[in-house]
Amino acid sequence: MEIVEPTNVYAYKLITKKDYFAPGHRACQGCAEALAVRLVAKALGRNVIVASATGCMEIISSPWPFTSWRVPWIHVAFENAAAVASGVEAGMKVLMRKGKVPKKKITFLAMAGDGGTSDIGVQALSGALERGHDFIYICYDNEAYMNTGIQRSSSTPYGASTTTSPAGKVIPGQMTWKKNMPEIAAAHSIPYVATACPSYPIDLVEKVKKAAKIKGPAYIHILSVCPTGWRLPPALSIKAGRLAVETGVFPLYEIEYGRYRFTGKIEKLRPVEEYLKIQGRFRHLSEEMIDTIQKRVVEEYEKLEKKVEMTEGD
Amino acid sequence: MGKRIGLEVSLSAAEAVRMANVDCIAAYPITPQTHIVEHLSELVNDGDLDAEFIPVESEHSAMSVSAGVSAVGARAFTCTSSQGLALMNEIVHIVASMRLPIVMILANRSMSGPISIWNDHTDVMSIRDCGWIQVFANNGQEVFDNVLFAYRVAESQKVMLPLIINIDGFILTHVIEPVEFWEKKQVEQYLPDFKPIHTLHPDRPVTMGGVGMPYVFSEAKVAQDEPLIQSKAEIITAWKELGDIVGRYYKPIETYRTEDAETLFVTQGSFGETVSLVVDALRDKGESVGLVMDRLWRPFPFDEFREATSQAKNLIVIDRAISYGGQGGPLAIDIRSALYKGENQPNITNFICGLAGRDVTINDFKNIYHKAMEKIKENPREEDFEYYGVRGK
Repeated sequence: MEIVEPTNVYAYKLITKKDYFAPGHRACQGCAEALAVRLVAKALGRNVIVASATGCMEIISSPWPFTSWRVPWIHVAFENAAAVASGVEAGMKVLMRKGKVPKKKITFLAMAGDGGTSDIGVQALSGALERGHDFIYICYDNEAYMNTGIQRSSSTPYGASTTTSPAGKVIPGQMTWKKNMPEIAAAHSIPYVATACPSYPIDLVEKVKKAAKIKGPAYIHILSVCPTGWRLPPALSIKAGRLAVETGVFPLYEIEYGRYRFTGKIEKLRPVEEYLKIQGRFRHLSEEMIDTIQKRVVEEYEKLEKKVEMTEGD
Repeated sequence: MGKRIGLEVSLSAAEAVRMANVDCIAAYPITPQTHIVEHLSELVNDGDLDAEFIPVESEHSAMSVSAGVSAVGARAFTCTSSQGLALMNEIVHIVASMRLPIVMILANRSMSGPISIWNDHTDVMSIRDCGWIQVFANNGQEVFDNVLFAYRVAESQKVMLPLIINIDGFILTHVIEPVEFWEKKQVEQYLPDFKPIHTLHPDRPVTMGGVGMPYVFSEAKVAQDEPLIQSKAEIITAWKELGDIVGRYYKPIETYRTEDAETLFVTQGSFGETVSLVVDALRDKGESVGLVMDRLWRPFPFDEFREATSQAKNLIVIDRAISYGGQGGPLAIDIRSALYKGENQPNITNFICGLAGRDVTINDFKNIYHKAMEKIKENPREEDFEYYGVRGK
């Protein structure tokens, strides 16, 4: 199974050596979210303005007087990254139109975690997508409120034990299914939606570059393994991301103008147990619960296959 | 001199925003603010104002969008009332700390509950300590003039703070008044382009809104309060120059027939004009009474207020808001603090009235005056105040 397409060049030819998200930030060891942010920053280069939500990436990168950002960056609050980016985009557009700022291609990026996107920020995001601002919104999904101490969000997967959905004697962890944010974004009929994971860096970078080229709103949902919150050794971050994709738990795909396409089709899904068993947050799962998860993953994957078939090109 | 025309105050406010050549308007509809933003969207869609009108999905986003707009160096305007202000509250505080000179008209309306669309000052008083410059307006002309004044002050590099213009909902927003417009060249003379020191741009990357750890937080907050306190000088200059250009002079504290007056009414907003008529009527009957109107609410003009009331024996402070469980209305509380331990401290009586649009007429103010005179004989304590005109009280 090859998700990263074979190439004849080394990765450094495909991804710039330049870093716009500087090292020395305060993220935990093995933080795949910081890795994803770094890759996104490499993909977008220097002509970008970033609006960040409150959360892990904000606190680790901006403790005054330090900053990890070599590009212009603004943080206002938790739930409003999409709205702040809307203002940045609209303000810059009108300043260029009026000749107050020289015309130049600038990418506008909003970024937030899963809580800042699928819970508290979903209204501001929906508004910005509906209004059609020319920007990219990236959700770095580590599947819980990690910054405040691993509380559950609507993006926490079924069965996961968190500090507000603990694996108790009666209720064994999170009892709801993960909210499908990429589909919610796609329901706004925006030009581009994609999923990505930093375990597949070239795929991630390509999608971010594509999103930057497309006019109008783009939404990218990046699964970002959190060793601290998922209770796994930092050295397994990349592996966990790959297993999420190979088991079908987190399929890699994109939706371009309504057309679905797998960017890494898995011909034979690995058993979800391989993904679950390396993570402490799923340690308590019964065989029955694992079976329930397995069925759901296959069902969702098949649903996605049908969408791909239905919307395939002529 | 500009054209003088009869126009609804909301529409003339929107026309002033047009003359200020704003770049972006982000707003969400709420009564009684609606006519202002409706007219602005018309001006944009008709090509009379080259700006982006961003019809956001909430007031929270209205202020968040305005933050983004201002951060890139564009001129931002928004407008709300009551519940809308409450919803955007979080961001109202943040933009002041980020020194983003957004201008907002607050069409004052009561805070729920019970839900009410009518006027009082409970909305603005709920964000008294948000770090914005806050002014009140007596009439439509003041609203118009103060929009241009607002950008001039807020965007001054010495100030760089957001500014709220309070206008009484319905009582001002929905009435037709004669308003003298400015000529284009007068605006150009008075209001320079917005040129902030730092903006978000790839050519000069800056980080805005970083984390304030305990070792810098207090310094950051003092660095925010100092320019607000010092902005009074800039405010006075801007009003003076406005007067020199259009002939209308405004001051932080306005006085009306205060000369030799033993008793002074103290008001904010549109009550001022009503009370000025009451003062005339009472003076005709030989009462020694005058009026002090507070136009600048934050930074509070302590010196000007003390000077305006230095000869008075009695103050009748009229509040249009409640400070639940507190020492009267918010205005009275501030005034008692301002005059504490001063020489010849006057008797301070406080009446809370006109909540949620209940009319307070000339006769009501006369009643208030006589009640106050009775109270003073009883030597009122500091915490005394009275809800005026409430059934069963």
